[in-house]
Amino acid sequence: MKIEVLGPGCPKCHETEKLVREALAEAGPDVRDNAEVVKVSDFQEMAKLGVFATPAVVMDGVVKCSGKVPAKKDVLAWLGK
Amino acid sequence: MKPQKPLQPIDLGGGCACQRKGSGQDPKPDRPLTIREQRKLALAARREARAQIQAEALAPPSSLPGKLGLTTAALIIWANLYYHLPGMARYVTFRMFSLEPGSRLASSVEFFLYDTPKVLMLLALVVFGVGIVRSFFTPERTRRVLAGKSEFLGNVLAALLGTVTPFCSCSAVPLFIGFLGAGVPLGVTFSSLISAPMVNEIAVVLLYGLLGWKVAAIYMGTGLVVAMVAGFVIGKLNMERHVEDWVLEMRTTTADGGDEADVPELTWAGRLDAGAVAVRDIVGKVWPWVLAGIAVGAGIHGYVPEGFLAAIMGKDAWWSVPVAVLIGIPMYSNAAGIVPVVQALLEKGAALGTVLAFMMSVIALSLPEMVILRKVLKLRLIFVFVGVVGVGILLVGFLFNAIL
Repeated sequence: MKIEVLGPGCPKCHETEKLVREALAEAGPDVRDNAEVVKVSDFQEMAKLGVFATPAVVMDGVVKCSGKVPAKKDVLAWLGK
Repeated sequence: MKPQKPLQPIDLGGGCACQRKGSGQDPKPDRPLTIREQRKLALAARREARAQIQAEALAPPSSLPGKLGLTTAALIIWANLYYHLPGMARYVTFRMFSLEPGSRLASSVEFFLYDTPKVLMLLALVVFGVGIVRSFFTPERTRRVLAGKSEFLGNVLAALLGTVTPFCSCSAVPLFIGFLGAGVPLGVTFSSLISAPMVNEIAVVLLYGLLGWKVAAIYMGTGLVVAMVAGFVIGKLNMERHVEDWVLEMRTTTADGGDEADVPELTWAGRLDAGAVAVRDIVGKVWPWVLAGIAVGAGIHGYVPEGFLAAIMGKDAWWSVPVAVLIGIPMYSNAAGIVPVVQALLEKGAALGTVLAFMMSVIALSLPEMVILRKVLKLRLIFVFVGVVGVGILLVGFLFNAIL
């Protein structure tokens, strides 16, 4: 699974990235080892993904949340946990 | 219901050691467990179960009725506290500190003890309310509303929606691209970009708490007008070609709003959560500013001569308005940081118009934001943006110095 965290680099975006990584660690090895976290800070890239409120989380091309830092339990739910 | 993490199975036989991995306990030996070890494991499991039950009892309720109950209880406590604040401030000042009524120190202390909780409580309440309102106005929805509107109506709506659209300065550029991409006119996009940081709940609550509702209303009203008019003017100047080319290309490919992110709708429980998160986030960040501002206000109350700044920032010094705007452009601060300064300036005799212009310029026009905007706008459009907004703020300053 490809997990993209979108944000130009503000504190909220860093928080989101940290949270996603923590959630992955909690989700267990079967999820963690098949996932790749990518930080996207290029505006053009964000626009292509259809996101215009940051921070945002995109999993396999599907926008899961935008404009706020998600809750960890939501991230876990997206990961199927 | 929150999905519960299943308890670790207690493996009493020999069996698979990998199940235990990462649970923080010692790896299990391969031989069968002794009775004592079995008991130890069972005890640990029971402790874990109890801790989980406790944690769940202490955690905020996850169902909607539970959340509503909690919110109602919090509101009742809030109202009671707020109602009794003046009495409590008096009690602490005169009974506990036994300060002499009528003395300078006593009035400063009472002012501080009353105003600090008052402003913080107001802030918490309004931020909670706005947090809930905000959950209805996602940027996606705002964009959809604005996409089909004519210029003038679009500017008005954009400025109004800008105040409740979730926004942080680093979101400015993605928002800008998203709006333009959906076919929102350039001027309308600017209207929302100007009003979002300038007219927000923090500025309004702080102005209300520290300077009264009139100043808060004037600030909010003129801020909205500046955003509407500046956006309208920028739209009329036909500056579209001064947007970076790749943004315009984006527009042709996604003109139908094509790849709009499909973000699931929030439930009411989620909205209440959003309000609570906003309170934690914003009040948690802003309270030191409020404290400092009120301390300064309480302190200078009696100690700085009245009209100290009247000569240089008073009504008669017309040139102080443009100077205030110019000084404000490179400065960058959020509303929470600037309102205490505004209060101090007013207290020392500066004119309201000059001070409002200064505040707007600091919040609405900032160097860091322009550096980010340079990624999507050509230099000329950035100058036009600063110029038009600057002139608008200038007029606000002159207007209020003239009529007040």
